[in-house]
Amino acid sequence: MMNSKDCLEALLRHITDDDVVLPVYSTAFDWIALRHRPLNYLAHGAMGLASSHGLGLALGRPDRRVIVLDGDGSLLMNLGALVTIGEAAPRNFFHFVCENGTYEANGGHPTPGRGRIDFAGFARAAGYRTARTFTELTLFEQQIGALLLDEGPIFVDLKVKPSERQIRDYTLLHGPDVRKAFKNALRMS
Amino acid sequence: MTSSHETAMTGPLHSPHRHVATTELHGAKIIEALTASRIEFVISVPNIVTSEGLLRPLARWTGPRLIRICKEDEGVGICAGLAYCERRALLLIQNTGLLDSINAIRGVAVEYALPICMMVGLLEKEPGISPRDSQRYGVRIVEPILDVMGITYHLLDGDDDIGKIQPAVDDAYARSRPVVFLVGRRPTAS
Repeated sequence: MMNSKDCLEALLRHITDDDVVLPVYSTAFDWIALRHRPLNYLAHGAMGLASSHGLGLALGRPDRRVIVLDGDGSLLMNLGALVTIGEAAPRNFFHFVCENGTYEANGGHPTPGRGRIDFAGFARAAGYRTARTFTELTLFEQQIGALLLDEGPIFVDLKVKPSERQIRDYTLLHGPDVRKAFKNALRMS
Repeated sequence: MTSSHETAMTGPLHSPHRHVATTELHGAKIIEALTASRIEFVISVPNIVTSEGLLRPLARWTGPRLIRICKEDEGVGICAGLAYCERRALLLIQNTGLLDSINAIRGVAVEYALPICMMVGLLEKEPGISPRDSQRYGVRIVEPILDVMGITYHLLDGDDDIGKIQPAVDDAYARSRPVVFLVGRRPTAS
Protein backbone atom coordinates (compact mmCIF):
# COMPACT_ATOMS: atom_id res chain seq x y z
CA MET A 1 0.00 0.00 0.00
CA MET A 2 1.25 3.43 -0.95
CA ASN A 3 0.72 6.77 0.73
CA SER A 4 -1.56 8.88 -1.48
CA LYS A 5 0.40 12.07 -0.78
CA ASP A 6 3.61 10.39 -1.99
CA CYS A 7 1.82 9.39 -5.19
CA LEU A 8 0.51 12.90 -5.71
CA GLU A 9 3.98 14.36 -5.17
CA ALA A 10 5.40 11.96 -7.75
CA LEU A 11 2.66 12.90 -10.20
CA LEU A 12 3.09 16.60 -9.57
CA ARG A 13 6.68 16.47 -10.77
CA HIS A 14 5.33 15.70 -14.26
CA ILE A 15 2.48 18.20 -14.34
CA THR A 16 2.97 21.29 -16.47
CA ASP A 17 1.24 24.65 -16.15
CA ASP A 18 -0.89 23.75 -19.19
CA ASP A 19 -2.38 20.58 -17.72
CA VAL A 20 -5.95 20.59 -16.43
CA VAL A 21 -6.22 18.57 -13.22
CA LEU A 22 -9.49 17.41 -11.63
CA PRO A 23 -8.94 16.02 -8.12
CA VAL A 24 -11.86 14.85 -5.96
CA TYR A 25 -12.62 15.07 -2.24
CA SER A 26 -9.75 14.09 0.07
CA THR A 27 -7.38 13.87 -2.89
CA ALA A 28 -8.39 17.41 -3.83
CA PHE A 29 -7.42 18.75 -0.41
CA ASP A 30 -4.07 16.96 -0.56
CA TRP A 31 -3.51 18.18 -4.12
CA ILE A 32 -4.22 21.85 -3.48
CA ALA A 33 -2.06 21.70 -0.37
CA LEU A 34 0.78 20.57 -2.63
CA ARG A 35 0.09 23.11 -5.36
CA HIS A 36 -2.81 25.50 -5.71
CA ARG A 37 -2.71 26.14 -9.44
CA PRO A 38 -5.17 28.00 -11.72
CA LEU A 39 -5.98 24.99 -13.88
CA ASN A 40 -7.12 22.82 -10.98
CA TYR A 41 -10.78 22.00 -11.70
CA LEU A 42 -12.20 21.40 -8.24
CA ALA A 43 -15.99 21.82 -8.49
CA HIS A 44 -17.80 18.72 -9.71
CA GLY A 45 -21.25 19.39 -8.29
CA ALA A 46 -22.17 15.83 -7.49
CA MET A 47 -20.13 12.83 -6.30
CA GLY A 48 -18.87 10.60 -9.08
CA LEU A 49 -18.96 13.11 -11.90
CA ALA A 50 -15.31 14.16 -12.05
CA SER A 51 -14.45 11.82 -14.91
CA SER A 52 -17.46 13.10 -16.87
CA HIS A 53 -16.43 16.73 -16.36
CA GLY A 54 -12.97 15.63 -17.43
CA LEU A 55 -14.29 14.06 -20.60
CA GLY A 56 -16.05 17.30 -21.48
CA LEU A 57 -12.85 19.25 -20.90
CA ALA A 58 -10.81 16.76 -22.91
CA LEU A 59 -13.22 16.97 -25.84
CA GLY A 60 -13.44 20.74 -25.60
CA ARG A 61 -9.70 21.35 -25.31
CA PRO A 62 -7.89 18.59 -27.20
CA ASP A 63 -4.73 20.70 -26.98
CA ARG A 64 -4.51 20.06 -23.22
CA ARG A 65 -3.80 17.03 -21.08
CA VAL A 66 -6.77 16.46 -18.80
CA ILE A 67 -5.90 14.53 -15.65
CA VAL A 68 -8.65 13.21 -13.39
CA LEU A 69 -7.66 12.22 -9.85
CA ASP A 70 -10.68 10.11 -8.91
CA GLY A 71 -11.53 8.15 -5.79
CA ASP A 72 -12.70 4.56 -5.76
CA GLY A 73 -15.99 5.51 -4.08
CA SER A 74 -16.52 8.24 -6.66
CA LEU A 75 -15.73 5.96 -9.57
CA LEU A 76 -18.10 3.30 -8.25
CA MET A 77 -20.88 5.88 -8.45
CA ASN A 78 -20.24 6.43 -12.16
CA LEU A 79 -18.77 3.21 -13.53
CA GLY A 80 -20.58 3.64 -16.83
CA ALA A 81 -18.37 6.66 -17.45
CA LEU A 82 -15.50 4.25 -18.13
CA VAL A 83 -17.43 2.88 -21.09
CA THR A 84 -18.36 6.35 -22.34
CA ILE A 85 -14.74 7.48 -22.09
CA GLY A 86 -13.53 4.28 -23.76
CA GLU A 87 -15.80 4.93 -26.71
CA ALA A 88 -15.12 8.66 -26.99
CA ALA A 89 -11.41 7.81 -26.66
CA PRO A 90 -9.87 11.25 -26.10
CA ARG A 91 -6.13 11.00 -26.53
CA ASN A 92 -5.54 13.70 -23.94
CA PHE A 93 -7.43 11.99 -21.11
CA PHE A 94 -5.62 10.51 -18.09
CA HIS A 95 -7.66 8.90 -15.32
CA PHE A 96 -6.06 8.13 -11.97
CA VAL A 97 -7.91 6.48 -9.10
CA CYS A 98 -6.66 6.63 -5.53
CA GLU A 99 -8.08 3.34 -4.30
CA ASN A 100 -8.23 3.32 -0.52
CA GLY A 101 -11.30 1.14 -0.06
CA THR A 102 -13.29 3.76 1.80
CA TYR A 103 -15.74 6.58 1.30
CA GLU A 104 -13.16 8.75 2.97
CA ALA A 105 -14.98 12.08 2.79
CA ASN A 106 -18.17 10.52 4.13
CA GLY A 107 -16.93 9.02 7.36
CA GLY A 108 -14.44 6.44 6.15
CA HIS A 109 -16.95 3.64 5.67
CA PRO A 110 -15.83 0.76 3.44
CA THR A 111 -16.70 0.74 -0.24
CA PRO A 112 -18.59 -2.29 -1.47
CA GLY A 113 -16.23 -4.93 -2.79
CA ARG A 114 -13.17 -3.24 -1.30
CA GLY A 115 -9.99 -5.07 -2.16
CA ARG A 116 -11.70 -7.41 -4.61
CA ILE A 117 -12.30 -5.06 -7.55
CA ASP A 118 -9.97 -4.86 -10.52
CA PHE A 119 -10.53 -1.25 -11.54
CA ALA A 120 -7.82 -1.39 -14.20
CA GLY A 121 -9.54 -4.48 -15.58
CA PHE A 122 -12.79 -2.55 -15.78
CA ALA A 123 -11.07 0.29 -17.64
CA ARG A 124 -9.26 -2.04 -20.02
CA ALA A 125 -12.49 -3.85 -20.85
CA ALA A 126 -14.23 -0.52 -21.33
CA GLY A 127 -11.80 0.52 -24.04
CA TYR A 128 -9.08 2.58 -22.35
CA ARG A 129 -5.93 2.39 -24.42
CA THR A 130 -3.78 1.59 -21.38
CA ALA A 131 -4.76 0.54 -17.86
CA ARG A 132 -2.27 -0.06 -15.05
CA THR A 133 -2.30 -0.83 -11.34
CA PHE A 134 0.46 0.29 -8.99
CA THR A 135 1.07 -0.95 -5.46
CA GLU A 136 4.68 0.24 -5.08
CA LEU A 137 5.72 3.87 -5.10
CA THR A 138 9.09 3.22 -6.67
CA LEU A 139 7.55 1.62 -9.74
CA PHE A 140 4.99 4.39 -10.02
CA GLU A 141 7.72 7.03 -9.82
CA GLN A 142 9.67 5.25 -12.52
CA GLN A 143 6.78 4.89 -14.96
CA ILE A 144 4.46 7.84 -14.45
CA GLY A 145 6.44 10.16 -16.72
CA ALA A 146 6.21 7.79 -19.68
CA LEU A 147 2.52 7.12 -19.06
CA LEU A 148 1.75 10.83 -19.19
CA LEU A 149 3.52 11.12 -22.53
CA ASP A 150 1.52 8.27 -24.03
CA GLU A 151 -1.79 8.54 -25.91
CA GLY A 152 -4.96 8.30 -23.85
CA PRO A 153 -7.33 7.40 -22.61
CA ILE A 154 -5.08 6.02 -19.90
CA PHE A 155 -6.22 4.61 -16.56
CA VAL A 156 -4.02 4.22 -13.48
CA ASP A 157 -5.19 2.55 -10.28
CA LEU A 158 -3.12 3.55 -7.26
CA LYS A 159 -3.50 1.23 -4.27
CA VAL A 160 -3.18 3.62 -1.34
CA LYS A 161 -3.79 3.76 2.37
CA PRO A 162 -6.62 5.95 3.67
CA SER A 163 -5.49 9.53 4.21
CA GLU A 164 -4.70 10.99 7.58
CA ARG A 165 -7.33 13.16 9.21
CA GLN A 166 -7.98 16.29 7.14
CA ILE A 167 -9.62 19.63 7.78
CA ARG A 168 -11.93 20.02 4.80
CA ASP A 169 -13.12 23.49 3.87
CA TYR A 170 -15.28 22.77 0.85
CA THR A 171 -15.46 26.43 -0.15
CA LEU A 172 -11.87 25.88 -1.31
CA LEU A 173 -13.19 23.34 -3.80
CA HIS A 174 -16.42 24.75 -5.15
CA GLY A 175 -16.82 28.32 -4.03
CA PRO A 176 -17.82 30.75 -6.80
CA ASP A 177 -14.38 32.37 -6.75
CA VAL A 178 -12.70 29.03 -7.39
CA ARG A 179 -14.89 28.31 -10.40
CA LYS A 180 -14.45 31.80 -11.80
CA ALA A 181 -10.68 31.57 -11.43
CA PHE A 182 -10.60 28.28 -13.32
CA LYS A 183 -12.79 29.63 -16.10
CA ASN A 184 -10.58 32.67 -16.53
CA ALA A 185 -7.41 30.60 -16.45
CA LEU A 186 -8.69 28.20 -19.10
CA ARG A 187 -9.87 31.05 -21.30
CA MET A 188 -6.51 32.81 -21.07
CA SER A 189 -4.44 29.70 -21.66
CA MET B 1 -21.84 31.41 -1.34
CA THR B 2 -23.96 30.43 -4.29
CA SER B 3 -27.07 28.47 -3.43
CA SER B 4 -29.99 27.02 -5.24
CA HIS B 5 -32.16 29.39 -3.28
CA GLU B 6 -30.33 32.42 -4.64
CA THR B 7 -30.50 31.05 -8.15
CA ALA B 8 -34.18 30.27 -7.88
CA MET B 9 -34.86 33.77 -6.68
CA THR B 10 -33.19 35.25 -9.70
CA GLY B 11 -34.35 32.75 -12.29
CA PRO B 12 -37.74 32.46 -13.95
CA LEU B 13 -40.17 30.54 -11.80
CA HIS B 14 -42.57 29.45 -14.48
CA SER B 15 -42.70 28.93 -18.19
CA PRO B 16 -44.32 31.65 -20.25
CA HIS B 17 -45.21 29.03 -22.84
CA ARG B 18 -48.51 27.52 -21.84
CA HIS B 19 -49.94 27.27 -25.34
CA VAL B 20 -49.77 23.75 -26.69
CA ALA B 21 -49.38 23.51 -30.46
CA THR B 22 -51.21 20.88 -32.43
CA THR B 23 -49.14 20.76 -35.63
CA GLU B 24 -46.48 18.22 -36.55
CA LEU B 25 -42.98 18.45 -35.13
CA HIS B 26 -40.23 17.93 -37.69
CA GLY B 27 -36.87 16.65 -36.49
CA ALA B 28 -35.05 18.18 -39.45
CA LYS B 29 -36.24 21.62 -38.38
CA ILE B 30 -35.05 20.99 -34.82
CA ILE B 31 -31.64 20.02 -36.18
CA GLU B 32 -31.57 23.21 -38.24
CA ALA B 33 -32.29 25.17 -35.08
CA LEU B 34 -29.53 23.35 -33.19
CA THR B 35 -27.10 24.18 -35.98
CA ALA B 36 -28.15 27.81 -35.90
CA SER B 37 -27.61 27.70 -32.14
CA ARG B 38 -23.98 26.63 -32.73
CA ILE B 39 -24.38 23.35 -30.86
CA GLU B 40 -21.15 21.40 -31.43
CA PHE B 41 -21.82 18.30 -29.32
CA VAL B 42 -24.95 16.26 -28.68
CA ILE B 43 -24.66 14.09 -25.57
CA SER B 44 -27.34 11.44 -25.42
CA VAL B 45 -28.98 8.44 -23.87
CA PRO B 46 -31.52 7.25 -26.45
CA ASN B 47 -35.19 7.84 -25.75
CA ILE B 48 -38.13 6.58 -27.70
CA VAL B 49 -39.71 10.01 -28.18
CA THR B 50 -36.78 11.42 -30.13
CA SER B 51 -35.23 8.15 -31.35
CA GLU B 52 -36.27 8.15 -35.00
CA GLY B 53 -37.00 11.78 -35.66
CA LEU B 54 -34.00 13.34 -33.98
CA LEU B 55 -31.31 11.04 -32.58
CA ARG B 56 -30.98 8.76 -35.60
CA PRO B 57 -30.67 11.67 -38.07
CA LEU B 58 -28.19 13.34 -35.70
CA ALA B 59 -26.12 10.15 -35.59
CA ARG B 60 -25.90 10.15 -39.41
CA TRP B 61 -25.30 13.83 -39.71
CA THR B 62 -21.94 15.51 -40.13
CA GLY B 63 -22.92 18.33 -37.79
CA PRO B 64 -22.51 18.15 -34.01
CA ARG B 65 -20.44 15.26 -32.67
CA LEU B 66 -22.66 12.68 -30.98
CA ILE B 67 -21.36 11.34 -27.67
CA ARG B 68 -23.28 8.28 -26.48
CA ILE B 69 -23.38 8.04 -22.71
CA CYS B 70 -24.43 5.28 -20.33
CA LYS B 71 -26.41 7.40 -17.87
CA GLU B 72 -27.84 10.87 -18.04
CA ASP B 73 -25.98 12.47 -15.14
CA GLU B 74 -22.72 11.77 -16.95
CA GLY B 75 -23.99 14.10 -19.62
CA VAL B 76 -24.46 16.92 -17.14
CA GLY B 77 -20.77 16.67 -16.25
CA ILE B 78 -19.66 16.42 -19.87
CA CYS B 79 -21.70 19.48 -20.85
CA ALA B 80 -20.19 21.37 -17.90
CA GLY B 81 -16.66 20.57 -19.00
CA LEU B 82 -17.49 21.66 -22.53
CA ALA B 83 -19.09 24.86 -21.24
CA TYR B 84 -15.85 25.82 -19.49
CA CYS B 85 -14.16 25.37 -22.87
CA GLU B 86 -16.79 27.66 -24.43
CA ARG B 87 -18.06 24.80 -26.58
CA ARG B 88 -21.83 24.48 -26.92
CA ALA B 89 -23.54 21.17 -26.21
CA LEU B 90 -27.01 19.67 -25.94
CA LEU B 91 -27.96 16.87 -23.55
CA LEU B 92 -30.64 14.81 -25.32
CA ILE B 93 -32.49 12.57 -22.86
CA GLN B 94 -35.91 11.44 -21.66
CA ASN B 95 -37.93 12.74 -18.70
CA THR B 96 -37.01 9.60 -16.76
CA GLY B 97 -33.35 10.47 -17.21
CA LEU B 98 -33.99 14.05 -16.18
CA LEU B 99 -35.59 12.82 -12.98
CA ASP B 100 -32.68 10.43 -12.39
CA SER B 101 -30.19 13.28 -12.81
CA ILE B 102 -31.82 15.83 -10.52
CA ASN B 103 -28.88 15.95 -8.11
CA ALA B 104 -26.35 16.53 -10.87
CA ILE B 105 -28.55 19.20 -12.40
CA ARG B 106 -29.02 20.76 -8.97
CA GLY B 107 -25.29 20.90 -8.27
CA VAL B 108 -23.75 21.53 -11.66
CA ALA B 109 -26.36 23.41 -13.65
CA VAL B 110 -28.23 25.37 -10.98
CA GLU B 111 -25.85 25.96 -8.06
CA TYR B 112 -22.81 26.43 -10.29
CA ALA B 113 -24.91 28.41 -12.77
CA LEU B 114 -23.65 26.68 -15.90
CA PRO B 115 -25.29 26.73 -19.34
CA ILE B 116 -26.44 23.12 -19.45
CA CYS B 117 -28.91 22.84 -22.36
CA MET B 118 -31.20 19.83 -22.16
CA MET B 119 -33.71 18.47 -24.66
CA VAL B 120 -36.03 16.08 -22.90
CA GLY B 121 -38.47 13.69 -24.56
CA LEU B 122 -41.66 13.39 -22.53
CA LEU B 123 -42.41 9.67 -22.58
CA GLU B 124 -46.06 8.98 -23.46
CA LYS B 125 -47.19 12.58 -23.20
CA GLU B 126 -50.41 12.91 -25.08
CA PRO B 127 -50.01 15.18 -28.18
CA GLY B 128 -51.77 18.49 -27.83
CA ILE B 129 -52.08 18.16 -24.05
CA SER B 130 -50.05 20.34 -21.70
CA PRO B 131 -47.48 18.30 -19.74
CA ARG B 132 -49.13 19.42 -16.50
CA ASP B 133 -52.41 17.93 -17.69
CA SER B 134 -50.95 14.61 -18.79
CA GLN B 135 -52.40 11.41 -17.42
CA ARG B 136 -48.81 10.22 -16.97
CA TYR B 137 -47.46 10.98 -13.50
CA GLY B 138 -43.84 11.00 -14.75
CA VAL B 139 -44.77 13.68 -17.30
CA ARG B 140 -47.09 15.70 -15.06
CA ILE B 141 -44.42 16.37 -12.43
CA VAL B 142 -41.67 17.59 -14.78
CA GLU B 143 -42.67 21.26 -15.13
CA PRO B 144 -43.40 21.74 -11.41
CA ILE B 145 -39.98 20.26 -10.56
CA LEU B 146 -38.27 22.61 -13.01
CA ASP B 147 -40.25 25.51 -11.51
CA VAL B 148 -39.02 24.64 -8.02
CA MET B 149 -35.45 24.41 -9.30
CA GLY B 150 -35.75 27.77 -11.06
CA ILE B 151 -34.86 26.29 -14.43
CA THR B 152 -36.21 27.89 -17.60
CA TYR B 153 -38.03 25.51 -19.92
CA HIS B 154 -39.83 25.57 -23.25
CA LEU B 155 -42.30 23.09 -24.67
CA LEU B 156 -41.71 21.82 -28.21
CA ASP B 157 -45.01 20.32 -29.28
CA GLY B 158 -45.16 21.52 -32.88
CA ASP B 159 -43.10 23.25 -35.53
CA ASP B 160 -44.31 26.62 -34.29
CA ASP B 161 -42.30 26.02 -31.11
CA ILE B 162 -38.98 25.35 -32.85
CA GLY B 163 -38.26 29.06 -33.10
CA LYS B 164 -37.79 29.11 -29.34
CA ILE B 165 -34.65 27.01 -29.52
CA GLN B 166 -31.98 29.39 -30.79
CA PRO B 167 -32.86 32.40 -28.60
CA ALA B 168 -33.14 30.15 -25.56
CA VAL B 169 -29.76 28.51 -26.19
CA ASP B 170 -28.15 31.91 -26.79
CA ASP B 171 -29.71 33.21 -23.58
CA ALA B 172 -28.52 30.18 -21.58
CA TYR B 173 -24.94 30.80 -22.68
CA ALA B 174 -25.18 34.58 -22.34
CA ARG B 175 -26.49 34.35 -18.77
CA SER B 176 -24.74 31.08 -17.90
CA ARG B 177 -27.92 29.33 -16.84
CA PRO B 178 -29.48 25.95 -17.69
CA VAL B 179 -32.40 25.59 -20.06
CA VAL B 180 -34.70 22.66 -20.81
CA PHE B 181 -36.64 21.95 -24.00
CA LEU B 182 -39.48 19.54 -23.38
CA VAL B 183 -40.29 17.49 -26.49
CA GLY B 184 -44.00 16.85 -26.28
CA ARG B 185 -44.47 14.54 -29.23
CA ARG B 186 -42.40 12.29 -31.45
CA PRO B 187 -40.70 14.40 -34.10
CA THR B 188 -40.94 13.11 -37.64
CA ALA B 189 -37.60 12.50 -39.34
CA SER B 190 -38.16 14.67 -42.40
